Amino acid sequence: MNAMTHTTNAYNFGFLDEYAKKEVRRAVLKAIAIPGYQVPYASREMPMGRGFGTGGLQLTLSLIGPNEVVKVIDQGSDDSVNAVNLRQFIEMTCPGVSTTTKTAECTLVQSRHRIPELALTASQIIVLQVPYPDPLVVVEPSEDKRKTMHGEADYSRLLVKLYEDIVKFDEITISHRYPTRINGHYVIDPSPIPRWDVPKLNDSAALVLFGAGREKKIYAVPPHTRAEPLAFSDVPFRVEDFRDAAGRRRACARCGCTDSFLDEFVADSGSKTWQCSDSDWCDEQLLRTEHPQGELA
Amino acid sequence: MNKILEVRGLSKIYGPGCPQCLESTGPEVDTNLCPHCGSVVAIHDVSFDLFEGEILGVMGESGSGKSTVVKALYFDQAPSGGEAIFYDSDRQHDLFSLNAAQQRWLRNHRFGMVYQNPNLGLNFNISAGGNIAERLLMSDLMDYGAIRERAKALLARTEVLLSRVDDLPKNFSGGMQQRVQIAKALATRPPLLFLDEVTTGLDLSVQARILDLILEIQQELKTAMVVVTHDLGVIRLLAGRAIVMKYGRVIETGLTDQILEDPQHAYTQRLVASAL
Repeated sequence: MNAMTHTTNAYNFGFLDEYAKKEVRRAVLKAIAIPGYQVPYASREMPMGRGFGTGGLQLTLSLIGPNEVVKVIDQGSDDSVNAVNLRQFIEMTCPGVSTTTKTAECTLVQSRHRIPELALTASQIIVLQVPYPDPLVVVEPSEDKRKTMHGEADYSRLLVKLYEDIVKFDEITISHRYPTRINGHYVIDPSPIPRWDVPKLNDSAALVLFGAGREKKIYAVPPHTRAEPLAFSDVPFRVEDFRDAAGRRRACARCGCTDSFLDEFVADSGSKTWQCSDSDWCDEQLLRTEHPQGELA
Repeated sequence: MNKILEVRGLSKIYGPGCPQCLESTGPEVDTNLCPHCGSVVAIHDVSFDLFEGEILGVMGESGSGKSTVVKALYFDQAPSGGEAIFYDSDRQHDLFSLNAAQQRWLRNHRFGMVYQNPNLGLNFNISAGGNIAERLLMSDLMDYGAIRERAKALLARTEVLLSRVDDLPKNFSGGMQQRVQIAKALATRPPLLFLDEVTTGLDLSVQARILDLILEIQQELKTAMVVVTHDLGVIRLLAGRAIVMKYGRVIETGLTDQILEDPQHAYTQRLVASAL
């Protein structure tokens, strides 16, 4: 095995053995060849609980090369427990690989529940951790029948859910995991990213990979592929608008940005503040306001 | 008159089947259970034609295979043999040689089915309007306003109170559930409708209103229908032509009046005599 030469400790480079990586890579190739199709694979046991990002981690470890620059984020933040632990695990098992918190510098992003605000480029890959890969699971309990429904692009029962939502609430109330049709056929569960991030999948320059470790599925949105959120022709899809009672767009309390996805924080006093969910984006904005263009050099 | 459906030699056998199955079952030997291999010959060699806007009655006792005929034609169960050709304006579909996706397309776009048990035809976890929306969405209508309007119009047509469009069908009475089912089946204006014991289990006044509704719809939309029932009154009211089945075989066919007034087969004679 060629990659065995990278081994510097008791574990193989990237923790997984080469056969496991090969299998994941094969699944990735198939997923790219059939955009949105959920490719089954033999999800390995990882030294962490299923549901903590094992699917995403197996993808990352299979794709990682010695010169990789990896960024790990959890709900937009590089510093939350899940992100820190995964980053340390990657540093430990992939000697020579560097990690970063800067979106612009990385070549591989593993993310939980967010896509970075900064548009990814063709030289980057984003890996999303997926708890529930199949959007049809809410309407059809049998996997066998779901496979047939996917094959025939029979998503009417999913659309009925949207219809019922509009009847009850006058709008579609799905806040995350918004069912999205890829390349005009398969509908995917784009992992629990907010609606804000769904348009970023459409015609994305970067390859988007989804890994569900517990459910043992890998799927992909290849670069420059159509990704259309399900909607009615007269009730279009819309993203979060973050308007306050007066109709003004809320700004980030830290950097003042008004075009990013905001997290709501409730203080002990009960007052609410809003802040960028993407911590790297927030830092960059802050840096830009402190050192306006030109002063940096 | 244009032919819409042509069924030839339709058969369905549950079980392994053996060479003696066919001669050991049927009305002559008074069973549909093969004594040699234990297979059930649910239907064998059923043939009929259906023309545009016509209502064909299929009658017979329980276990005679009448429901199996419509279930096979609606792709609920694959038949063991025979063929059926559906004439769709200028196109012809050989129903049992189509692949699953084509069959689903026909089911959603060109056929309608009303089951005896509303549980089979309706999704009880979504509203009445949602049930109709589901069928419209299956036929690729993607405009919420249009779907909503259409669902309301259909429910109004089938005399379901509009204030209950967004209620769950499980909170409806049996007659109302059946009317929602009819509205759902009619949503795509199918040229061919299957009705499987639609009035069985409903009280007489509700039965009469549903039968009236079916007749009105047939007059309005010129929908061809196959009506399965054991109720001779329903056959007399609805069907122009009828076939009588026993133990999986067709024992008599003809105009409804002719069958009811002058039955030829001994079983039909008994059936008619017992009903009157």
